[in-house]
Amino acid sequence: MYWKETVRQMHDIGVGSLIIVILISVFIGAVAAVQFAYQLDGTLVPTYYIGYVVRDMTIIELAPTITCLVLAGKVGSNMAAEIGGMRQKEHIDAMEVMGVNTAAYLILPKVIAALVVIPMLVAIAAFLSIMGGYVASVPAGWITSAEYIQGLRSFFVPYNVFMMFVKAFTFAYILTTVSCYQGYYVKGGAIELGKASTNAVVISDILILLADYLIAILLTG
Amino acid sequence: MIRAKNIYKSFGDTEVLKDISIDFEAGKTNLIIGRSGAGKTVLLKIIAGLLDPTKGEVWYDNVNFLELTKRQIREVRMDVGMLFQGSALFDFMTVEENVRFPLDMFTNLTKKEKLNRVNNCLERVNLAGNNEKYPSELSGGMQKRVGIARSIVLNPKYLFCDEPNSGLDPKTSILIDNLIRSITVENNITTVINTHDMNSVMEVGDSINLLFMGELAWKGNKDEVLTSDNQILQEFIFASPFLQRLRDSALQA
Repeated sequence: MYWKETVRQMHDIGVGSLIIVILISVFIGAVAAVQFAYQLDGTLVPTYYIGYVVRDMTIIELAPTITCLVLAGKVGSNMAAEIGGMRQKEHIDAMEVMGVNTAAYLILPKVIAALVVIPMLVAIAAFLSIMGGYVASVPAGWITSAEYIQGLRSFFVPYNVFMMFVKAFTFAYILTTVSCYQGYYVKGGAIELGKASTNAVVISDILILLADYLIAILLTG
Repeated sequence: MIRAKNIYKSFGDTEVLKDISIDFEAGKTNLIIGRSGAGKTVLLKIIAGLLDPTKGEVWYDNVNFLELTKRQIREVRMDVGMLFQGSALFDFMTVEENVRFPLDMFTNLTKKEKLNRVNNCLERVNLAGNNEKYPSELSGGMQKRVGIARSIVLNPKYLFCDEPNSGLDPKTSILIDNLIRSITVENNITTVINTHDMNSVMEVGDSINLLFMGELAWKGNKDEVLTSDNQILQEFIFASPFLQRLRDSALQA
């Protein structure tokens, strides 16, 4: 039963968020490439650095952080509303009376699903951002294809990928637990449910940014 | 049997229940009645273990429910069924999945055994053949019956019903009342019904407990309602002039 619910959540979080993650990551990579190319204009910095900067910027920061901030808005608010709605419609009471451990049944599958799926989404986002950078800079003539690829292959530090996954796991945990907490303990009616949903997003976003800073200090210090 | 002993409940400074002691007997439909705000739902939730009392004890047969560990509470709750005011059916599940939910959670039955059990329960509430429908496709009365089917699928020893007739027409209300009563008698269940439906009181009130401003104002059964001289009971049951005339003519006859 828990496994079935976990798989359902994985589908909802993963497949349900794929389009928005694809869109955002492609454009982030594209914008990063265009803006860096603009800043390089007239300097002595080699143009292949565009590929290098887009790669590291997306892997270290943009893919995990922006993706999770967006997911906090999409997935987090959805979780808070779903669980809060169940609380208001007495679904949670019904489960409690049956003897179901509601926290375990309702929250744990969401947390596990998010911990599995969100890092995958972040990895996809990183890849697509890099591709977005390519699409924006090469056909526009800022840089040649060979230079962009040379940039991608320069100064690669595998540890950065590790850092990306540390961030992805941490942010996934934050956004699901905060959102589920807000929904689980909602009281009152529709207005309170709306507030809980908003709080889920706002608190998740603040904690994600704070965690981002702490992880940056801890892992790069 | 369930015994509520000296139950007190406060929310902040507001005392909602004051020294409530009631025995709810097995094989009988035990009613908690009273005006809105009398504390009926709070008492039912305390008995069902969804709220903790400020003071007092709740006994399920020989077990003091409030002294149990979380694990023991879950074991006791496997013997409990509850019908909620709004049915509380999981709207993302079909009728069959809703009724099967407790079986999926707590039993190791095979798929076929579970289906048989679900079909038996649906037949019992006259909803055979509605397995694949979603709650949104059912009427209020049908939703209530699915709720009853779900609450009896594990053969509970205790059944709690919170306003089972709210929002239903009189005919459907009687159907639901009779269904709950027959299930109670057939399976010797301790059933506690929270209601302010007068049809229920007069039809299935084996044991009636009237709450008034958080206190137990009257105890008795449906046969004693007419003849009781309890002012609070008379004002509550026979609230309209029409019902008062009916009572008077019944007493004269």
